[in-house]
Amino acid sequence: MKLRRSMLFLPGAKAGMLSTAFVYKPDCVMFDLEDAVSLREKDSARLMVFHILRSHVYQGIETVVRINPLNTPHGLKDLEAAVRAGADVIRLPKTDSASDIQELDAQVERIERECGRVIGSTKLLAAIESASGVINAVSIATASKRMIGIALAGFDYVIDMQSQRGDKAEPELFYARCAVLHAARAAGIDAFDVVYSDVNDDAGFLKEVELIRHLGFNGKSLIHPRQIDLLHNAYAPTVKEVSYARRVIEAAEKAEREGVGVIALDGKMIDAPIVCHAQRVLQRAEASGVRR
Amino acid sequence: MRIITEAVAGTLESSDLLVKVSPSREKTLEIHVTSDVMKQFGTQIRRVVDDTLQGLAVTDGLIVIEDKGALDYAIRARVQAAVLRGAASKELNWEQLS
Repeated sequence: MKLRRSMLFLPGAKAGMLSTAFVYKPDCVMFDLEDAVSLREKDSARLMVFHILRSHVYQGIETVVRINPLNTPHGLKDLEAAVRAGADVIRLPKTDSASDIQELDAQVERIERECGRVIGSTKLLAAIESASGVINAVSIATASKRMIGIALAGFDYVIDMQSQRGDKAEPELFYARCAVLHAARAAGIDAFDVVYSDVNDDAGFLKEVELIRHLGFNGKSLIHPRQIDLLHNAYAPTVKEVSYARRVIEAAEKAEREGVGVIALDGKMIDAPIVCHAQRVLQRAEASGVRR
Repeated sequence: MRIITEAVAGTLESSDLLVKVSPSREKTLEIHVTSDVMKQFGTQIRRVVDDTLQGLAVTDGLIVIEDKGALDYAIRARVQAAVLRGAASKELNWEQLS
């Protein structure tokens, strides 16, 4: 089971952060060549990300590179660097339509051919940052076989909506979260929630994590390593959930052995979705442990 | 690759390095490296710098490096960035940069 709970943003130009962030064991690291890098440092950051990808410092952690949009002077150069260096995933910012992904897909395939990388081995992730992106989420999510996920990016989205980030109850993101999540599920790919920018507000962060976990998001983009453990723990199943899931699986196996069609546990009927959920809980517990 | 103008890349932050390049009047290659970890890793740092310059076919210029404990990947990236800026090179040859 591939866990993508945490996607830690690392500015591509910051050598110190790039050298140490692997110790925090995020599920994915996202080397940022876009907003976190000033215009005059784009070239240097691109080379930094190129070489850190080739160095295998992040072996065992999924590597994502956020390139600049392809309609900027930097986007294609970023893409060349990331694909040639072996990035696992390319994150495209400001994805507004399926054609953005199709154009990216074609460029990735060209670069894979040119550098001898296995065709199709570079995966794609679309960041949705506008009303158009939310409206087109389903076609974006299904635009390429390379797609592994879509992420909602809150700051640009609320600006596009002529709204603003509110009192942390965040009703302004509710529709977009649900739309992105439904698109991801319909496409069979992962969904990532927005960053939580107040890194000193653990209670607010955990409240937001609880909301998105209940909605069904796979994980969240993060801007600080201290949020990783909080997030992973919140996503881990409880001892009670694991215990119940084991009993569900045992009951299902017993029913199958005995040829019984209807399964009951503690007086409640157990059907296929509940068995499926129990399997997921056990897989998650095996991968991440239980909640502390 | 010819260094035709002064250029700088990197920072003096921990785990980074500052690379300054300038043209050489004598048409020789002169490299100066100082590092917080010179005693322990000086030979390795110099080897990475030499390899990187060789990869870019830099045969003359003055290269001044102030290292703050950077790992090999950062040394390669900053030296390449400084040289490409100093050579006013717009095209990237990824084979050469690998």
